[in-house]
Amino acid sequence: MSTVQLEPSAALAELREAKPDRVTIVVLSGDMDRVMAAFIIATGAAAMGMQVTMFFTFWGLNAIRRRGTTSGARDWLRRMFGWLNKGGAELLPLSRFHFFGLGTGMMKRVMRQHRMPDVPELRQTAQDLGVRFIACTTSMGLMGITKDTLIEGIDQLAGVTTYLAEARQGSVNLFI
Amino acid sequence: MIQADVKLDTLGYFCPMPIIMTSKKIKELQLGQVLEVVSDDEGIKKDMPAWCQTTGHEMVGLEEDADQAKRVYKAFVRKAK
Repeated sequence: MSTVQLEPSAALAELREAKPDRVTIVVLSGDMDRVMAAFIIATGAAAMGMQVTMFFTFWGLNAIRRRGTTSGARDWLRRMFGWLNKGGAELLPLSRFHFFGLGTGMMKRVMRQHRMPDVPELRQTAQDLGVRFIACTTSMGLMGITKDTLIEGIDQLAGVTTYLAEARQGSVNLFI
Repeated sequence: MIQADVKLDTLGYFCPMPIIMTSKKIKELQLGQVLEVVSDDEGIKKDMPAWCQTTGHEMVGLEEDADQAKRVYKAFVRKAK
């Protein structure tokens, strides 16, 4: 057993940083179109010089999981759930007209033709622009998602209190 | 090592339960007393400082006990109002 002293003031300092415009986006949905909208708003706001934080919870976690990762849980219920609910921004289905992947595939083709970035590209752009990603620990626990199956660069694992402390200073708070 | 007056066990509870239990428990304390909140939810590392900042209580310290099996966090909060 080893005890490490952590510095709570670091978390407080982040909140005290006086940046005028804060944007918080809760990403609950794991639908491609909705996640895309979230990333477009996030990258747009970051490009305008705003400080953006995205909270990924429930299905939204799939957008920041490594491709094809399943549940790390030991109990069969969550394992089966994880097997059905595979992670990866590449695999997100459309909220409508998914048609077992056919509709989503066609939508992706149209997007490419119009030089629209896809979700993994948008996510990378968001990270490059300094958008902070926070993963919800409660949904991670429920769904058996472990830290090592998430993509690189997740700034924090946190919960509702962290979100609220940030959102009360936000000028734009969205729930997608 | 921080000396706590009251200890609150929230092991096995996910967010937001540790924070809700803390907000209830802190009402039983006298001004200046320290509450130790034990949790295995990693979110507490960020959530407890955020809760303190919002409510005005003082975050005195945070400890992480790493065992092979799981991590346990201890947050120390001084009642400040």
